[in-house]
Amino acid sequence: MTMSDGTDRRGLLKCMAWVGTGVAWTIAGGVPRSLPIEQALAATLDDLLFVQISDSHIGFNKDANTDVPGTVKAGIDRIRTLPKLPAFMLHTGDISHLSKPGEFDLADQLIGTARLQVFYVPGEHDMLVDNGASYLERYGKGSRGAGWYSFDHSGVHFVGLVNVVDLRPGGMGRLGDEQLAWLEQDLAGRSAEQPIVVFAHIPLWAVYPEWGWGTEDSAQALSYLKRFGSVTVLNGHIHQVMQKVEGNVTFHTAMSVAFPQPHPGEAASPGPLKVPAGQLSRLLGTTDVVFKGTTGTLAIVDQPLAEA
Amino acid sequence: MRIAAFSILRLLLGLVPLALAGSPAALAADDGPTVAIGNFTFDPAKLSVPAGTTVTWVNQDDIPHTATNAAKLFGSPVLDTDDRFTFRFDQPGTYTYFCKLHPHMSGTIEVTPAAG
Repeated sequence: MTMSDGTDRRGLLKCMAWVGTGVAWTIAGGVPRSLPIEQALAATLDDLLFVQISDSHIGFNKDANTDVPGTVKAGIDRIRTLPKLPAFMLHTGDISHLSKPGEFDLADQLIGTARLQVFYVPGEHDMLVDNGASYLERYGKGSRGAGWYSFDHSGVHFVGLVNVVDLRPGGMGRLGDEQLAWLEQDLAGRSAEQPIVVFAHIPLWAVYPEWGWGTEDSAQALSYLKRFGSVTVLNGHIHQVMQKVEGNVTFHTAMSVAFPQPHPGEAASPGPLKVPAGQLSRLLGTTDVVFKGTTGTLAIVDQPLAEA
Repeated sequence: MRIAAFSILRLLLGLVPLALAGSPAALAADDGPTVAIGNFTFDPAKLSVPAGTTVTWVNQDDIPHTATNAAKLFGSPVLDTDDRFTFRFDQPGTYTYFCKLHPHMSGTIEVTPAAG
């Protein structure tokens, strides 16, 4: 792939406004460039590949999608056909719709067919019972507080954050002081050269505060990340692809595998978006992330269940 | 009797937004007013009732919500579609509440002294 220095800022901004499906991004030195999908996927033969799935909402059965298990299965099946076995999967929350044991069971069964290690963070729909005790019992082994943790893989530091508990009236997503203190400590002493991938359910940038699409104390978290040369923030919650770049930090939200939600402000509420049957599979999907260790570049490829 | 009449009036008033939303089935089981939860809003967002009134929340969205008082005087369980929650307000005062899942959603119940 080419990495010339001649960045077309105007073209970049245009792309950043709305990232469509099937667009690949590569980030080098904090500067993102779009690149052909073929190139991004070709990179998977040599480099770290992991996948992101989000908002499976097992248990949802309303008009927007009456066969959620079917679309979740389709998302997992696509992951199974990737040319290279992903190193692992991230699930950025809302595994279930109502935190019911049967919903978690079915989600585990469907996601398990990928035969990948899965790193979870909870969505608000997963913490509805007993302050999240059932989520933590199932998915929170080795985590702290409400389920946050970090790990290293292939030289990349991954941080899973929880911003869906103890929310305050009038607010948005929230990390809280205890988690922020942990994050500061977790990052302290790490080389600024080490790539960082942060994943959490609700976006860590203010996508649309009017619908609560943001995290009220994310600025504090981002202040700890500022000194790192490459930071990628992967979120879900809004059931659509959006991307923003701020300095060395790239923010990216994934599609849901259950149902789409409207673009910010384009509907009366952020409730499930009902679309004609043929369109649904173009608005649902998963995300592939490719990390090229040798050059420090990272490509994010959104993969709808069906191409337009 | 005045309280009962007032409650019926409130009930009728409470029906107006429900009728507009095309969901006439969302009628409170009790003789108190209803707060409809729809489009990620509480409707009406501010409700004034005399002490002793039972208020019913009903979720008309495809997404679960709660009606939660931050001071923990009252708090609904998670309300899935068509689920209801009722609470009787005996003490005059102004009570704010929000949705624990979508905290940008907020509402107020103003409880006035019972008509004597």
